[in-house]
Amino acid sequence: MTFTIQIENGTEVRNAEADSQRTLYPYVTGTSVVAIKYKDGVLMASDMGGSYGSTLRYKNIERMKAIGKHSLLGASGEISDFQEILRYLDELTLNDNMWDDGNSLGPKEVHNYLTRVMYNRRNKFNPLWNTLVLGGVKNGEKYLGMVSMIGVSFEDNHVATGFGNHLARPILRDEWREDLGFEEGVKLLEKCMRVLLYRDRSAINKLQIAKMTEEGVTVSEPYSLKTFWEFKAFTNPTVGAEGSW
Amino acid sequence: MFRNQYDTDVTTWSPTGRLFQVEYAMEAVKQGSAAIGLRSRSHVVLACVNKAQSELSSHQRKIFKVDDHIGVAIAGLTADGRVLSRYMRSESINHSFTYESPLPVGRLVVHLADKAQVCTQRSWKRPYGVGLLVGGLDESGAHLYYNCPSGNYFEYQAFAIGSRSQAAKTYLERRFESFGDSSREDLIKDAILAVRETLQGETLKSSLCTVAILGVDEPFHFLDQEAIQKVIDTFEKVPEEEEGEDEAGEGEAEAAAAAPAEQGGAGAGDQDVAPMEM
Repeated sequence: MTFTIQIENGTEVRNAEADSQRTLYPYVTGTSVVAIKYKDGVLMASDMGGSYGSTLRYKNIERMKAIGKHSLLGASGEISDFQEILRYLDELTLNDNMWDDGNSLGPKEVHNYLTRVMYNRRNKFNPLWNTLVLGGVKNGEKYLGMVSMIGVSFEDNHVATGFGNHLARPILRDEWREDLGFEEGVKLLEKCMRVLLYRDRSAINKLQIAKMTEEGVTVSEPYSLKTFWEFKAFTNPTVGAEGSW
Repeated sequence: MFRNQYDTDVTTWSPTGRLFQVEYAMEAVKQGSAAIGLRSRSHVVLACVNKAQSELSSHQRKIFKVDDHIGVAIAGLTADGRVLSRYMRSESINHSFTYESPLPVGRLVVHLADKAQVCTQRSWKRPYGVGLLVGGLDESGAHLYYNCPSGNYFEYQAFAIGSRSQAAKTYLERRFESFGDSSREDLIKDAILAVRETLQGETLKSSLCTVAILGVDEPFHFLDQEAIQKVIDTFEKVPEEEEGEDEAGEGEAEAAAAAPAEQGGAGAGDQDVAPMEM
């Protein structure tokens, strides 16, 4: 959809292509983020890849960042828009800290703020091309929610973005429990991430897992998953469908 | 205070470093009818005296709900108070909409104070002529603040503003140390007794006062007439010094004081109060 608008600048009147001001396509993108609530809080996992189309261009992108004392934000989609969102949140948390009054923004507040931002951008036909996952623990209450680029927002016990919705959520629907311990939770997330690694073309084998508890938020060092490529189906992939690849 | 050559403009300092217009605005607060606030760790009670212009008219509203967790009682120019209450409601609801979380009362109070300060530094404005007792909750519990036309704000355990508030303040000063751990019912009773002090001999009936309460598990609401009257009735039986032992304290009473001696009914002589100030 294109339209031109006139911009007045002092005595000058210019025609501007409004399109060049709006987001049309993403360029450098991150793939799935998967997150679950567990006994002591919330766990989130994402890989460190930034794809440039079909090229796995960047391999050291942190797609999960701590927000304030209580929350963690994970993003898939356009990386530069994620960085813009981090700037907004930085300003938000700065102002919150400057109050210095014993009140602090919790994950619920950050999630709702992001929902407003994403939805308002969508209404202007200039979205931030991300799907965001927001998790955290405050005053003993665990919180996990998601916002999409069109402003759809909800909370759940486990969420995923992009391919994760198709590959990871079914696993989580079967195997997630309220009382997962930390190790069990990490194993479950790794199971999801391994499936994504095998089947998502934009996934890379370098991931981080973040933990959110009442004590605070930590992001692990990057590490790789063990993979097995000797499955019979991988050695002769077209045996059931001659002519395919 | 007396008129002097530095008191015409709010933007004119006096040689002794005073802004007289701001001080005159604070006088307007003192002329309004009394408003009282007290708090415990978990609850805040606001109470005020209902003053009607004449027997024919109804009384002006002086206590406003700002949100489920914030209420305000005003004294002074009620029109200014109404406008500021609307501002507070607006700020509160905007915060709730964006963050889906209640606005901490401490932050609202600072916004209010900054708004009042602006009027003390513009030659085309005048200070608000209303004092606000803001009671509300935030993460650290219940709070009571007083916002002044000067743009200052203070936090209190208990406070009273408006005409004859000194009598209420004296009563509160005697008892405030126990308010922190007070039960909800005792807090209401103390509020009503403080209102009675400002009436100074006039018969206290539930129709003469309004009481509102909010607390950690209790959204802001007004107490109805019967409930207030019940609290008043408990005083009638017990002499003033023994009110502390009173276990009854039916919660729902509006601030009404007990009526020991029968004086003439309502309408204490405030004929010299300007009609717009209540």
